[in-house]
Amino acid sequence: MVADGVPGHAGGRLVVALRSEPKTLNPVLAVDEPSRDVIRCLTADLIHINRGSLKTEPSLAKSWTVSRDGRQYTLHLRRGLRFSDGEAFNADDVIFSFQVYLDEKINSSQRDLLVVGGKPIVVVKLDAYTVRFELAQPYAAAERLFDGVAILPRHLVESSYQSGSFSQSWSLSVPPNQFAGLGPFRLKEYIPGQRVVLERNPYYWKADTAGNQLPYLNEIVFLFVASEDAQVIRFQSGDTDVLSRFSAENFAVLQKQQSEKGYRLDDLGPGLEYNFLFFNLNDLSPKGLPEIAKKQAWFQDLRFRQAVSTAIDRDGIVRLVYSGRATPIWDQVTPGNKLWLDDKIPRPVRSLEHARQLLQSAGFSWKSSTLVDPHGEPVEFSILTSSSNAQRMKMATIIQDDLSQLGMTVQVVPLEFHAMVDRLQNSYNYEAAVMGLVSGDADPTSEMNVWLSSGETHLWHPNQDKPATQWESEMDQLMQEQLVTLDYAKRKRIYDRVQEIVAEDLPVICLVSPDILVGAANRMRNFRPAILVPYTLWNVEQLYIQ
Amino acid sequence: MTHRQKLAGSLVLLTSVQILILFAGFFAPYNFAVQDRQRPFAPPTTLHFMDLRGNVHIRPFVYDLEDSGKSILVSQSDSEHCYPILFFVRGMPYKIAGVFTSEVHLFGVEAPGHIFLMGSDAYGRDQFSRFLFGGQISMLAGLIAAILSLSIGIIVGGIAGYYGGWVDELLMRGGELFLALPWLYLLFAVRAALPLHISQWEVFLLLVSVMGLIGWARPARLIRGVVLSARHRNFVVAARGFGASDLYLLRRHVLPETYGVLLTQMTLLIPQYVLAEVTLTFLGLGVGEPLPSWGSLLSSLQQYYVVSSYWWMFLPALLLIPLFLVFYTAADALQELHKSVTL
Repeated sequence: MVADGVPGHAGGRLVVALRSEPKTLNPVLAVDEPSRDVIRCLTADLIHINRGSLKTEPSLAKSWTVSRDGRQYTLHLRRGLRFSDGEAFNADDVIFSFQVYLDEKINSSQRDLLVVGGKPIVVVKLDAYTVRFELAQPYAAAERLFDGVAILPRHLVESSYQSGSFSQSWSLSVPPNQFAGLGPFRLKEYIPGQRVVLERNPYYWKADTAGNQLPYLNEIVFLFVASEDAQVIRFQSGDTDVLSRFSAENFAVLQKQQSEKGYRLDDLGPGLEYNFLFFNLNDLSPKGLPEIAKKQAWFQDLRFRQAVSTAIDRDGIVRLVYSGRATPIWDQVTPGNKLWLDDKIPRPVRSLEHARQLLQSAGFSWKSSTLVDPHGEPVEFSILTSSSNAQRMKMATIIQDDLSQLGMTVQVVPLEFHAMVDRLQNSYNYEAAVMGLVSGDADPTSEMNVWLSSGETHLWHPNQDKPATQWESEMDQLMQEQLVTLDYAKRKRIYDRVQEIVAEDLPVICLVSPDILVGAANRMRNFRPAILVPYTLWNVEQLYIQ
Repeated sequence: MTHRQKLAGSLVLLTSVQILILFAGFFAPYNFAVQDRQRPFAPPTTLHFMDLRGNVHIRPFVYDLEDSGKSILVSQSDSEHCYPILFFVRGMPYKIAGVFTSEVHLFGVEAPGHIFLMGSDAYGRDQFSRFLFGGQISMLAGLIAAILSLSIGIIVGGIAGYYGGWVDELLMRGGELFLALPWLYLLFAVRAALPLHISQWEVFLLLVSVMGLIGWARPARLIRGVVLSARHRNFVVAARGFGASDLYLLRRHVLPETYGVLLTQMTLLIPQYVLAEVTLTFLGLGVGEPLPSWGSLLSSLQQYYVVSSYWWMFLPALLLIPLFLVFYTAADALQELHKSVTL
């Protein structure tokens, strides 16, 4: 396969910092970002989402056909490819890989994506280089499903799969000759607590426009650097070549020395992360939390949520939290997602006056500048944030100040991330929280779990048996409908309506979407950062050093 | 300088600092929680005496701040608008000692001018005002915790020293147990177990009491030593011979011997607990936003961009160093004086 981009020259090494040590090299089980960052360089998928164009492109499958009813995908695999250990690749590896991903006992996080209409995808081998995927129902984003589903080498892992020890195989300490993939690099060494080193895969199957085999780089070194500040300092001093996932304040610090230190910085504009405030709308009767249940009378009142949304100074958040490198939002689709953004969603200006009117119409009143509800109870609640996320802590503090101007007493409670998630998802022992989600893909299907009332990430009221409100049931219908609608324009109209519901009924009060900020050493070429994860190394096979 | 002069000097300094802090509302130009979202990380305002035309003003004045476009605000000095500093101005209302409401501030400038003597923080809040108000919480924490420690210390140390024997053994070994406790982790555990609804003041009081309760062992040991030696003094033995009760002996003869130690301990413990509060808040265990304390003023220094870009965020830390020095000078002078009196 020929990759676009400027032909470069071979050699050199790239040094990248990871926030923590990867937990595993097993693509079926990896959930943490560092593991996935490394695995992406080691493996390949059948159909890939090009991070530059956000559209699908052929990868291990050189072409595919779709049956007229949209339920059967026939993929034609490339011939003559070899894994990084030299063994040949064919349809058996594909069949085996999907068998593992779909195995309930393995419990892969990707399994959910491969279950369409309640039934797992059926994979049929037609010949050594042709595979058919059968879906239970038409599925709009079917091609995108294949992205990130790394094909496993059957010859290396089948025995451990048969013996039931697959979950333990391919940890970081796997001997490099026991590991193979179809990615541009292969494992060279792992030094616990320090680094993972990858070397170029001599069997890699892509070439550049001049016909040279890719990748260009000899080595990639992943260092483990625990904090953002430490990563910024290492990048600034030239120890690492690429930097992503850092704050706007650090961007400003790095900017000052941009020219003299030999690196460049890029602000790619809003990405797919949306930050929001939401209230606890769970049914608390089985949990018995009378204090919170009482306050839910406010939270469930749409006018209360509207008043909060109207009172929040989103421009202030953009300015104070992100030094201007963010965009205010009023629904979940960020301006970075141009394919799906509904630009007709109203963007009301901040108005404390309007917020007070809304509260008044909902029966609230003021007793010497303290807001009290119709029963005379003062309006007081706490907002949870993750203590490890400085941005969201700041957002919560700004919201606290905004709402105090409405007479509400708000406490900001920073909690350790897992302690917070436990309250949000299990005990429901919270009143409000500031959170952020990053869509894994620009397509709405990646958001199913958030907007379906039965979804686990339906944060304000997860795992409902049947939708609790009328608008949630409408949202359920719309999300299911967009899933099976094949026509883009039609799907866009459906998803626009979902965005309208989010903006009108405010299950979550969307705040801002931060810009994607990246940095790279000047000597790096073909560096084309994107707003979709992984922001920087998605075209790692094309990167070369001047 | 004699010890007496040293003591007098440091006491005068400490008293003036206490007055500044106690009447923070009057001395601070702004409320500690008011955010100016157009002016985050504004550098300290420069006071001018001469304007651009070369005219000298007797009353100092300030220029307003302008966005330099580089996310750092600069002082705008080419402006025609200067804001003279006014004294005894009316501003935001505040409370004195939590009772009387007033809105007169010592100094200020007319809106839309701003005066940030120590710059502003990430939310555009005046650091100088936050430093003064923050002192209220930090000093109060130090004072309460020190009094708590000393009260327990004097009871336990007094009993152990006076009665001796197995009572002494039991109390002192118990005290050692407290000394060995990793109190920081204990506080982490206490904080994590607290319910969400607890208010900032409750968190504060709880932290302070835990700090004070854990810290009693050291003063208790010292007091026990003093009591132990006082008990065998001739006049105490004589008084007992005349049939004085234990309580009378303790009150009249033994405990007065410990006053010197107590006073020195007090001046040592207060800054120690203020520092403990600073540490706890720095680690995120103290009172939450928007209440300021000296620890929360320092906690932004954990971030690289603050340390590398905004030097004025160090000012609170720099001010605390001489303050603690004065405390220790006072303690030192007290101890020396006490020595020369008892000798």
